[in-house]
Amino acid sequence: MTSSIHVALWQVAASLVLVAIAIAISRWQEADLERDIGIATIRSIVQLTLIGYAIKLIFEVDSIWLVLALLAVMVLFGALTARGRAKTVPNAFWPLLITLAIAAASTLGLVVALGIFEPTPRYLVPVGGMVIGNSMTASAVALNRLGDEVGAGRARIEATLALGATAREAALPIVRRSLRSGMITLVDSTKTTGLIFFPGTMVGMLLAGANPTDAVRLQLILLYSLLGSVAIAGLLATNLAYRNFFTPAQQLREEPE
Amino acid sequence: MLFELRDVCLARCGRPVLESFDAEVPAGATAIVGPSGSGKSTLLRLLNRLADPDRGTISYRGEPIATRDPLRLRREVSLVPQLPALLDGTVESNIGYAARLAGGDPDPARCLRLAGLGTEFADREVARLSVGEQQRAMLARALAQQPDVLLLDEPTSALDHDARDAIERTLTELRRELGISVVLVTHDPEQARRMSDRVIRIEAGRAVNGATR
Repeated sequence: MTSSIHVALWQVAASLVLVAIAIAISRWQEADLERDIGIATIRSIVQLTLIGYAIKLIFEVDSIWLVLALLAVMVLFGALTARGRAKTVPNAFWPLLITLAIAAASTLGLVVALGIFEPTPRYLVPVGGMVIGNSMTASAVALNRLGDEVGAGRARIEATLALGATAREAALPIVRRSLRSGMITLVDSTKTTGLIFFPGTMVGMLLAGANPTDAVRLQLILLYSLLGSVAIAGLLATNLAYRNFFTPAQQLREEPE
Repeated sequence: MLFELRDVCLARCGRPVLESFDAEVPAGATAIVGPSGSGKSTLLRLLNRLADPDRGTISYRGEPIATRDPLRLRREVSLVPQLPALLDGTVESNIGYAARLAGGDPDPARCLRLAGLGTEFADREVARLSVGEQQRAMLARALAQQPDVLLLDEPTSALDHDARDAIERTLTELRRELGISVVLVTHDPEQARRMSDRVIRIEAGRAVNGATR
């Protein structure tokens, strides 16, 4: 499907000129981001180089177990990262871990079962990475919204509980709005794809010399897979996490001090 | 006895809110009166299990409420909070929601009348109501569940004198027509005397001895 190109180290080094421009602009405009840009650049070099070697090894060993182990690590770090962004949700780690694991397993399982991709490391690793990354962002956004809305809507939730509604019934409008906010970014970007921005996979394939028709088709498959996985992730994350705001006696827990 | 509270203690964020609180609330109209921050709203929330005490027992009609299904208890003992907090939509949709939770058919006209609102309020969006009208809509919504007990948390604190008098008249008529028991939280001792058969005074989380009538 693709042809490969060789990228020399000097080409990578040359692209650092653009990083230097970013640092210069930050310094000139006193945006105070020079240090962060520096850290981001170094981390990207280290992390991508390491993952590059890891993927090379996984491709060479060609073991499905190694792929699953890598995906499991991605799910774990994804849940830890998303928890950091959803600080207002109590004990968000477990709902996020379950969410990312199920979103990744179901999406990858489906694309393999439908015969779209072969169950080989060459497909599962990059597609799994995209699915987990997008699911992580969607769940983090959804849970962030959930925490904010519960905080702002305590009076209404308690008034609804006071009518004898279950925690689920009282939280339902908030859960729905949170799910929507987790999904809306990807839905919007899918609407404008090809018009306002070119998605990464397509750009990568075109740069690598692939046939544009193949690049477009693969990009569509990925976009639709991501839509599915983000919906699954948003649904699971919000429906698992809202429970942490309530006691078994259908009471809204006190806000932490 | 409607409610019995024995040695009830509750702390929030390490600060005691109720301390060894003992009280008996008979059927009829009881007012819980005390200054701001004395724990009276917290006490009301304990009565329909929106919160549980750290220690002590609360009984409703002789049965510890900790052993009762909280959802059924809340439909029987209905709390109307201090600030209106209706669901988005119309007054009628709020009444319908509450009625369906209690497993009954909604009768918006009756609920509105009992709460002192005209039937024209049924189609009004709750966001367009004044605070006083929202307070009455909250009352109508609670009445849609045909509760045995109404727990009212400062029902007139956000209202001017005329609106306060109107709500008080509504509550008096409501008691006469439905024979419903009312537990009213208020910071106003005069209102407590006007609206209740019995007054429980609370100060710094404790019932003040000998202050009932």
